[in-house]
Amino acid sequence: MIASKLKGFANQMGETLLKKVWDLHTVRQLPTGQTQLFIGLHLVHEVTSPQAFDTLRDNGWTVPFVDRTFATVDHIVPTRERARPFLDVMAEDMMASLERNVRDFGIRFVGLGDIRQGIVHVIGPELGLTQPGMTIACGDSHTSTHGAFGSVAFGIGTSQVRDVLASQCLALEPLKVRRIRVTGTLPKGVYAKDVILAIIQRLGVQGGNGYAYEYAGDAVDRMSMDERMTICNMSIEGGARVGYVNPDDTTVEYVRGRPFAPPPAEFERMATWWKSMASDVDARYDDDVEIKAADLTPIVTWGVNPGQSIGVDDTVPAPDGASDPKAITDALNYMGLTPGQPIEGMKVDVAFIGSCTNSRLSDLREAARIVKGRHVAKHVQGLVVPGSATIAKVAEEEGLADVFREAGFEWRAAGCSMCLGMNPDKLVGNQVCASSSNRNFKGRQGSPTGRTLLMSPAMVAAAAVAGEVTDVRELL
Amino acid sequence: MPPITRITGRALPMRGNDIDTDRIIPARFLTSITFEGMEQHVFEDDRKSSAGPYNRHPFDVSQFQGARVLIVNANFGCGSSREHAPQALQRWGIQVIVGESFAEIFFGNSGIIGMPCVTAAAEDVATLMELAEREPATEFAVDLVAGTCRAGSLTVTIALPPKMLEAFTSGAWDTTGMLLDRFDDVRDTARRLPYTTAGRAV
Repeated sequence: MIASKLKGFANQMGETLLKKVWDLHTVRQLPTGQTQLFIGLHLVHEVTSPQAFDTLRDNGWTVPFVDRTFATVDHIVPTRERARPFLDVMAEDMMASLERNVRDFGIRFVGLGDIRQGIVHVIGPELGLTQPGMTIACGDSHTSTHGAFGSVAFGIGTSQVRDVLASQCLALEPLKVRRIRVTGTLPKGVYAKDVILAIIQRLGVQGGNGYAYEYAGDAVDRMSMDERMTICNMSIEGGARVGYVNPDDTTVEYVRGRPFAPPPAEFERMATWWKSMASDVDARYDDDVEIKAADLTPIVTWGVNPGQSIGVDDTVPAPDGASDPKAITDALNYMGLTPGQPIEGMKVDVAFIGSCTNSRLSDLREAARIVKGRHVAKHVQGLVVPGSATIAKVAEEEGLADVFREAGFEWRAAGCSMCLGMNPDKLVGNQVCASSSNRNFKGRQGSPTGRTLLMSPAMVAAAAVAGEVTDVRELL
Repeated sequence: MPPITRITGRALPMRGNDIDTDRIIPARFLTSITFEGMEQHVFEDDRKSSAGPYNRHPFDVSQFQGARVLIVNANFGCGSSREHAPQALQRWGIQVIVGESFAEIFFGNSGIIGMPCVTAAAEDVATLMELAEREPATEFAVDLVAGTCRAGSLTVTIALPPKMLEAFTSGAWDTTGMLLDRFDDVRDTARRLPYTTAGRAV
């Protein structure tokens, strides 16, 4: 039966993956001019779903595709004291609400204490739920992460979570596709995080509005799935709701054998179909951009959005002559920086390694390589928050956790943690945080005046030991 | 759903590009399991720190209290997909947002709760903002059908994707209703997909 379904997708030429996936999942054109798109996998978490479930109850609706729905808890969970009830009454209430909702509506759920629990964008791929050719939705803007597998994944709001729960569909506007080719070899000390920060720096924080970003080029082809996820994760920071990489052998081998992967008897046929969904060589793009990997350096954000960044050996810009001088002045004031100041040497108070951008095993290994035999600076609080309970377990078995602990880092349990400070992990006052997360917005890390410097996990590790922003290339 | 055709009221100018949803509603207020009271925290941290015209944050200026039209610059609502942001604005009293451009997820989240985000040229937005700051008592009229925003002697063109506009003006902006309307088609689509998420695990 699957074989017959796979027929007919083999001979399409000149189309992008986005178009192929979009067409396959189109239910119909809506009177609003939007497309009714079927969602193959709906990932649910505690923060953006309670109001959606309430609406379902109020209307007597059910969840018709519970087999395509999967829930976990990540945003509000404490990373240290996880005993129930949580000390935070609101968080406890929210947790209980999700537990009630998944029970009432019959949705598969991995909660605290389950080895499969973790950040929703980490566990989807880890469990093999995320597969090429799918449409995926989740009430979180970093859902674009799943595009690393050649799926089309949408971050949505709570009313749309309601729509997907009730109908397994979204009403969406069609997207244009911009191909971003990363060509050549990344220099030592330059990571996937630097690639996406460079892309956002070049195309702007709203450059991707109305586009899906297709990341391609030989540098991306050589990347691991972890690296591709880091890049797709931050598509939304460049304004692109959707970002993806075409599925290839790396993708197929990552998925193989995972708990929710197709069973062995069907796997090869599925793998063939997955690869057939990749953009055709003669596909047409609405825009095409090339980024030369060899030109890239470790990047650090200096401002209050992910586009306000510079190379680690560069100096903070001046408002004069900029296209939006007021925005630069405002950001400099908030960050306590002066124009022309080098970013290297800026003192940091906290070092955070974690988040759906950079909390995977390869991130932790690379950061551990930097800190091994060194120690976190006296004035710095170092925090390592693995992306999932499984990653935490493997990292402990590998000895990574010990490396971090011996270096003076706190080793925590899985969750979103200080990326957005919805749990007890928050900056205090105007602390400066070297962070492997995705957003440096004002107040993002839990303190209204807290300051965030985004960088790669290796750069965070370097900043932690030096106590200030440091060029990781000198520590490698 | 009730049709949305014309919104009148005073305007509140919120200057700045790339105003993110963390600023509109900080994450710590997202631990509530309802949207009730979200308006009390709109721009909460921003209001403590920044100074707009009258040396106060626009949301704290007495003349702007009760405004229904929010005027913004470019890429408003970027960042997090939290619907709490448009919910907080709507519950505060905003019924329509006129801006140079909007972040995609925010645009959709606002539309789905019946708060249209309409675009206007940068110079027109600047003129509207100046007028609202100079004469805050001015009545603004955003007419979705005519595609205009009128204020005092000013008339500027506003835009919304045509079918979207039709949806608002006809009252057909209830997405869940539309999506459930032909559920057999949904089941057919599901059946033709070559994959399930069942895998080997349960």
